[in-house]
Amino acid sequence: MIIDGIRDAMQLLLQFDATVIDAAVRSLWVSLLAVAVASVVGVGVGLLLARKQFPGRTILVGMFRVGMSIPTVLIGLLCFGVLSRRGVLGEFELLYTTWAIVIGEFFLAVPIVTTWTHGAIARLDPRVAETARTLGAGRLQRSMTYLSEARLSIMLAVLTAFSRCFTELGIAMMVGGNIPGRTRTLTTATALETSRGEFSRGMAMSLILLLIALLVTIVIVFFSRGDEEAIS
Amino acid sequence: MQRRFPITTGITATTATLLLLLLAGCGKREPAAITASTDAHTTHTTSTELAKEANSVLRLASTTSTRDSGLLDVLLPVFENQHHCRVDLIAVGTGAALKLGETGDADAVLVHARSAEEAFVAARHGVRHEPVMHNYFLIAGPADDPAGAKGSDAVAALNKIAAGKHRFISRGDDSGTHKREQSLWERVGGRPVWGELIESGQGMGPTLIMADEMKAYVLTDEATWLKQSERFQLVSLVREAPDLQNPYAVMVVNPDRHPGVNASLANDFVDFLISRSTQKLIDEYRVDGHRFFHADRLAEESSE
Repeated sequence: MIIDGIRDAMQLLLQFDATVIDAAVRSLWVSLLAVAVASVVGVGVGLLLARKQFPGRTILVGMFRVGMSIPTVLIGLLCFGVLSRRGVLGEFELLYTTWAIVIGEFFLAVPIVTTWTHGAIARLDPRVAETARTLGAGRLQRSMTYLSEARLSIMLAVLTAFSRCFTELGIAMMVGGNIPGRTRTLTTATALETSRGEFSRGMAMSLILLLIALLVTIVIVFFSRGDEEAIS
Repeated sequence: MQRRFPITTGITATTATLLLLLLAGCGKREPAAITASTDAHTTHTTSTELAKEANSVLRLASTTSTRDSGLLDVLLPVFENQHHCRVDLIAVGTGAALKLGETGDADAVLVHARSAEEAFVAARHGVRHEPVMHNYFLIAGPADDPAGAKGSDAVAALNKIAAGKHRFISRGDDSGTHKREQSLWERVGGRPVWGELIESGQGMGPTLIMADEMKAYVLTDEATWLKQSERFQLVSLVREAPDLQNPYAVMVVNPDRHPGVNASLANDFVDFLISRSTQKLIDEYRVDGHRFFHADRLAEESSE
């Protein structure tokens, strides 16, 4: 079965199987968009949590930390409730569109980016802040300094969030609906092939998924390497 | 040396991944046991202690709709007590259920896809093929019924839906229900393609929810419909039509192909299903007053 899967994967890739390419491209742009928006929000909130004192901050940090382990089916369920025809945002008819998946994956990615950004900046050498202040840096400049000092952790957080979004199934299935040509992603396609009993085709899809996830991992390794060299 | 590090890591990662896959592949030989362990049936039985020998476990592959109807929750304990065995129910789609029979990962297969069943027996994957019961599919749709499907038989209703290019949701997952839908479309003269024809690629429950949300027509089995329809704005439009009969049959997996198959227990199970007392149980099975199944073998003289 594994051998069949690998052979099928090769065939599907080499033939540019339209349905597979379609699902792969959708998986990519949906998770890229979700993570891009989540990164802007997450980095901002993380910075704020690390550098601003306000009541309830610890609780907020804790909430984001817990948010990292919310199962994707629960996020999917909550999004479903909101986007459903009978939900608060029902009139926008977003359910079973790619936008619904983007929204769900956004909520999956935000806690990851926020928590890691917060952690990285909170862990920064206090001298960074002092130095920046003594050099007369304004608030914005100081923020940029923190972010630049913590850029590696933030980069890793964004890549991790991407891996999570790219490989998640619960949200895409529940609010996307696995509609071919509209909302089918690599993970929902895999689930479908498995339920069909087409194990080797499912395996082929997973291999493609794995290949892209592997690429991201290599990029992560590459970046961590580059930074270590820069420090030494 | 330092610059090559990422590449080495990449290769290591790839190797590790492939190893993992190989391991997964070895594990795949017994998906039956793995899947079944998550199913309620493995835990609810009191005869588990009695089922000490390996040959007193029946691996039954069936469809999710059969499980979801709740009928097996009634029947399986009776069989388990009679034969001092344990039944591991693997509830998957019809395609996957037949595949489990094909690979010898199930001893008996209880599904509802007549032509696929016949192909299964013809290919000698199954050795005994017994009709058990039937129920009906139905076509549901928006309450205002823009296609005017109400009152027609299924083929005519589908024709109207397609002609008016109304929204229709298809399972698209090779399930028994999807196969039935395809055979209905064949009788219309092939499924036309229109913009509002949507495939859900999911089970019946999620597909019904999707149809309800999208105000679409949908072909569904009655059991799933009865369980969920109270929440829906969707209404049933075509029901108990002769061309919507849904026959269930049980098959014994061919023991000549897979020596591990427990054919004697599987045969016992088939005998049990078509026995008069079980057939009565099936016929009298009700959920909230709704009848789910019509037994096929009640008229026959069966030995007990």
